[in-house]
Amino acid sequence: MIDFTEEQIQRYSRHILLQDVGVEGQEKIMNARVLVVGAGGLGAPVSLYLAAAGIGRIGIVDADVVDLSNLQRQVIHFTKDVGVPKVKSAEEKIKAINPDVQVDTYYEFLDSSNALDIIKEYDFVVDGTDNFPVKFLINDACVMAGKPFSHGGILRFNGQTFTHLPGTACYRCFFKEPPPVGAVPTCSQAGVLGAIAGMLGTIQAAETLKYFTGIGELLTNRLLTFDAKTMQFRTINVKQRPSCAICGDHPTIDHLIDYEQAACDLKNH
Amino acid sequence: MAKIYVNGDAQEVSLPLNVSELISQNNVAQPDMVSVQVNEEFAEREDWEKIQLKEGDKVDFLYFMGGGAR
Repeated sequence: MIDFTEEQIQRYSRHILLQDVGVEGQEKIMNARVLVVGAGGLGAPVSLYLAAAGIGRIGIVDADVVDLSNLQRQVIHFTKDVGVPKVKSAEEKIKAINPDVQVDTYYEFLDSSNALDIIKEYDFVVDGTDNFPVKFLINDACVMAGKPFSHGGILRFNGQTFTHLPGTACYRCFFKEPPPVGAVPTCSQAGVLGAIAGMLGTIQAAETLKYFTGIGELLTNRLLTFDAKTMQFRTINVKQRPSCAICGDHPTIDHLIDYEQAACDLKNH
Repeated sequence: MAKIYVNGDAQEVSLPLNVSELISQNNVAQPDMVSVQVNEEFAEREDWEKIQLKEGDKVDFLYFMGGGAR
């Protein structure tokens, strides 16, 4: 048992008041280690809410620096941070919100050479990336390492998310492989309403906290999609695909793959 | 005529109708990118022309959504 300080009891009082969380749940949150991949539109709200909730250790992977065009939605970065590595900017805000959180920063791309090493340090992974090669990499690495993760994607006025636990449907059950380079636009090409990132990211943060506290039902074997134009939310039941190349009955993928990225996405680096 | 459910919404369709035909009827953007479930089971792309739809079937089109970080 953690001995809560007076300050912690006060800080987390609204969690502790919840019957489903209580002191025990808050302790689980404080013992949790979460990796957030991407400190952008999704990673920003995810990191802010996880820090505020008291997650014990938050790792952040991002190789970008803050750009003026990020500030419309990446609410963890401020105007003064333009030009600063996103992981440094995010670390500063997390510490300001909650000095108890241990922050690990990875100022690098997640790729096949480092993914498993980084992921193994954490209990839960949040995909806040903006491109398909890394979404598939996170999926494959988490399936291989037996780690749960939250998938998130946003575009224009839409969002979709699901949560993977070992033995439930993975991203490759939904989509076998990344779309050809340039075939599907990313936010940097097609745009996104800033608040959509907050809507989707806070769902991912809630799923993360539900995972550690064991509350309710996770978005496993379900894909949640929404269209903010109509504010219609929908969950589609999905099943693990027995022929899935990574989590199926006879997996054919035995190593991590670095898929090619769209040239227009790479030019920013 | 038969009633089927596409992404949760009822649609009146004429049978026979296979999954490929439904995709073109619905003007699905980039059909080569879409993932299809019929009655909550993934339908392999190579089976789309073989799968005949029937009254009450539930079809879901799942789309790639890639944004997040940048």
